[in-house]
Amino acid sequence: MIRHRWFRRPHQRRAAGHRPAEAPLTSGQMSWLLLCAGLTLALHLPWQPGWAGTLVSVLLLWRVLMSWRGWRPPHSLILLLLTCAAGIGVRFEYGYFFGKDPGVSLLALLLALKLLETRKARDLRSSLLLCFFLQLAAFLEDQTPLMAVLVLSAAWLALTALVSLSDAEAGARSQLRSSATLIGQGLPLMLLLFLLFPRIEGPLWGMPADAFSGRTGLSDSMTPGSISQLSESAEIVMRARFAGELPPRNALYWRGPVLSNFDGRSWTPGLASEAPAPSYLPDGDNYPYQLTLEAHGKRWLTALDHSRGEDPRLRYTSDYRLLAQQPLHSRLRLQLTAYPEARIGIDEHPLQLAAARKLPPEHNPRTRALAARLTADSPRAEVILERALAHFRAAGLAYTLRPPLLGHDSVDEFLFDTRQGFCEHFASAFAVLLRAAGLPVRIVTGYQGGEINPVDGNLVIRQLDAHAWTEVWLAERGWVRVDPTYAAAPQRIDDGLAAALADEAFLPFTLRSNSPWLRYLRLNWEAAADAWNQRVLGFNPQRQAELLRNIGLDAGNRARLFGLILLGASLSMLFLLLWLNRPQRTGDELDRLWQNFSRKLARHQPVLARQAAEGPLDYVRRLASALPAQRKEIEAIGAEYARLRYGPPLSPAIAAATRRQLRTRIEHFSPR
Amino acid sequence: MRSSSSGRNTPWQALRRLIDRKLFLLAGAEQDTVVLSQRRIYVLPSAAGLAFAASLLLMLIAAINYNLSLGYALIFVLAGTALVSTIHAYRNLVGLRIQPLHSPAVFAGDDAELGVQIDNPRPARRPGLSLHILGARCSFSLPAQGRLAPTVRLATEQRGVLHAGRTVIETRWPLGLIRAWTVLRPASRCIVYPRPEADPPPLPDSAVSGHSQRSSTLGGTEDFAGLSPFQRSDSPRHIAWKVLARGGPLMVKRFSASSSGDLVLDWQQLPDRLDTEQRLSRLCAWLLAAERSGRRYALLLPTQQFACQHGAVHLHACLQALALFGLAEAQQEQQR
Repeated sequence: MIRHRWFRRPHQRRAAGHRPAEAPLTSGQMSWLLLCAGLTLALHLPWQPGWAGTLVSVLLLWRVLMSWRGWRPPHSLILLLLTCAAGIGVRFEYGYFFGKDPGVSLLALLLALKLLETRKARDLRSSLLLCFFLQLAAFLEDQTPLMAVLVLSAAWLALTALVSLSDAEAGARSQLRSSATLIGQGLPLMLLLFLLFPRIEGPLWGMPADAFSGRTGLSDSMTPGSISQLSESAEIVMRARFAGELPPRNALYWRGPVLSNFDGRSWTPGLASEAPAPSYLPDGDNYPYQLTLEAHGKRWLTALDHSRGEDPRLRYTSDYRLLAQQPLHSRLRLQLTAYPEARIGIDEHPLQLAAARKLPPEHNPRTRALAARLTADSPRAEVILERALAHFRAAGLAYTLRPPLLGHDSVDEFLFDTRQGFCEHFASAFAVLLRAAGLPVRIVTGYQGGEINPVDGNLVIRQLDAHAWTEVWLAERGWVRVDPTYAAAPQRIDDGLAAALADEAFLPFTLRSNSPWLRYLRLNWEAAADAWNQRVLGFNPQRQAELLRNIGLDAGNRARLFGLILLGASLSMLFLLLWLNRPQRTGDELDRLWQNFSRKLARHQPVLARQAAEGPLDYVRRLASALPAQRKEIEAIGAEYARLRYGPPLSPAIAAATRRQLRTRIEHFSPR
Repeated sequence: MRSSSSGRNTPWQALRRLIDRKLFLLAGAEQDTVVLSQRRIYVLPSAAGLAFAASLLLMLIAAINYNLSLGYALIFVLAGTALVSTIHAYRNLVGLRIQPLHSPAVFAGDDAELGVQIDNPRPARRPGLSLHILGARCSFSLPAQGRLAPTVRLATEQRGVLHAGRTVIETRWPLGLIRAWTVLRPASRCIVYPRPEADPPPLPDSAVSGHSQRSSTLGGTEDFAGLSPFQRSDSPRHIAWKVLARGGPLMVKRFSASSSGDLVLDWQQLPDRLDTEQRLSRLCAWLLAAERSGRRYALLLPTQQFACQHGAVHLHACLQALALFGLAEAQQEQQR
């Protein structure tokens, strides 16, 4: 016997069809990779810093030209230098390495550089893995349906590149079809995993600092201008779906941070404690609703005044706000019930009331003088409040998004000089006036109103609905909401921001109410987006638990879930295997007709089945002698079949007619 | 020739043989057609598949960390696709009919081609297959309902019989993430003749029948005696057009006028200083020269004798005897 070692491997021998494992990539394989990488990188371009985007594009172009023009690949030293430069550039751009944004930039640059030195199958595979990572990272920036479609296309291209690697001989179209077939056949498994794979609420560890950067929204302090800047953003903050009737529009106050400390210019929150249950009694009409809040990175839940729910994640503060246990890093859905007429804070702590009367002494002398006039006859608190509101109505105050800048005594200047302001000016001035008059008063920020989307009936609340109002404490009545903006510009509350503002140019284009078709498009789009958000993006641990409960499963039982996944996956793979192994339809239409005929006879009498070696004429002769009553019919069928199968070619029209005739004959034939 | 018995018993090789016997159920060479059934096909992730799985795991952690619902969807699409590809890899092998292939003999030093014949009964193409024999590989695709005889090229150094032995047919189609393979031991073999001596001495002119050794190859017309370079005086009718058509030099066919003296190539007559392999090498060169010269020749080996004959069949029998000389499988090969 001849042993292995007697033979040496032939080196560098390449006969036709003998392709060594690490042969250079064919142009087809390279094209798939470049298409995939190009699309993947393009998805990230809008979010990349300018220089990184440019560098990535240039490197990609270089690689394309390398393939196209047959340029030599760059020296590895150049690549090393470029890699170092990219790393340093990212470090300078962001100031740190380990975070979402620098990570994505670095990955994109690495992919572009890797493409330049991609020569072998192994390089192609590692480039594709980088592509997959970047495709995932694209969802960090954007999770719209459009992005989903683009990422799926990029993944399809990547899988096609893998197919081309194992079957370079197939045509491009067949490679695309192979990978599409694979994805299609994998969809049941994907659905199974998507629904049943135990969802874990992220993050798994402390998030990098920039994970939720760049979000606009309410802040926990208020200075002049802090809310009016939000009114330029049509970004959706939350959606509410009311089970029954909607509360009246002037009750749609969505409570955010409550501010009771004033330093003369900015308002900040006072002290408040948290409890697992609300400290007021429900009273009056109730409005059950479902609230879906977008992530904003803070704990507060801007719920309708005054809401309560059964959800164990809810916390209630002593200033009647709702909080979540964790900051909102992902969309949150809650079932709540609002009691707009509930009385709050009837037995408020004296310390809180004292804090709500405090005013820095050196500011706004004219407002103080006004307060002194209002309280000259030391009337009851209700009377003071009435007089203050009357003053606001009569003072000729204008509601505008672009108020003039204010100086040291901001309230004085607003009330007596400029007389133009946004809701925060109204609220702040009103609160200062009442505090000067000795009433406990505080400012509440949040959102007011919202817009019903007639397509899906959701009430949509946007950043531009941000609002500030005041709460005055009255004996026996507790904290009473008073909206000074309503006093001065009632349309703001009755009809929304767009109606209240004379100068609409500041509003986002799609919100200007004078183009109905644009409005129609926007409403439909937002309804679709909400469905997408709820069903796909919002499929979080809670929704999964809900779904599993509905089909009688316990989400906590991970072992059973994994068992179910395993079972489902095995079953779907088995079905796929059986389906792929299904008997193939062999032969043409004529063959099948002939087989049907034989089958009919075999059912009648097993002996009459056609033998494998039996020609049509012999078969017909045998049948005719077995069933003499139907001899004519049998012979006609046999003759037509033999004519079509073995006769000289007929013209297409005649052939089709004969075939039809044969078909009807065979269909009507029943052996007796 | 080094003794290779020491290499046979390293723990690794012992384990390999055990695995072959117990898991792959391999025993002797398989003479018959092997139909690849589920029992003979093994499916495991390839190295690329493991890297892919590790990447998906990393991506999953990222998706959990950032609560990316669409990220989960992407990962599960990729995972589902990879899982489904195992079925396609398996189906790419199942049902293949494999027969051993006896390759044409070669001389030591030349490349032998070893392979199997594969039939694809399915009316669909089977792409991305490869054949592994003795560390060499060859990639191929099977046409729908087609037949192919893929072979690997192996450089030979020693005479003898080159057995395919443990043969692997594998596929990584469609995504390269899953490797499906089968192990078999087809009876494919290739006989390796000794390497002909590079510059052998002239043929031994010992006449068996007592005839004189005068042979006039120039003017004769009866038996074809070989080719010689064209000279101006040669008749154009004797030009070897076939050789010319193959791109060879201009040659003329020579015919021997009468039966020249028969040759006897005798092992015993060779000089004593030659060792076995050198003797075989020289006999091989002489056999080729004798066949070329058109004379009949006999081969006398210590174990075997071939009577005076001429022609390709005789030459092959003699060369095979040289190839197998002193090897244990000589007898077994003769019985075939």
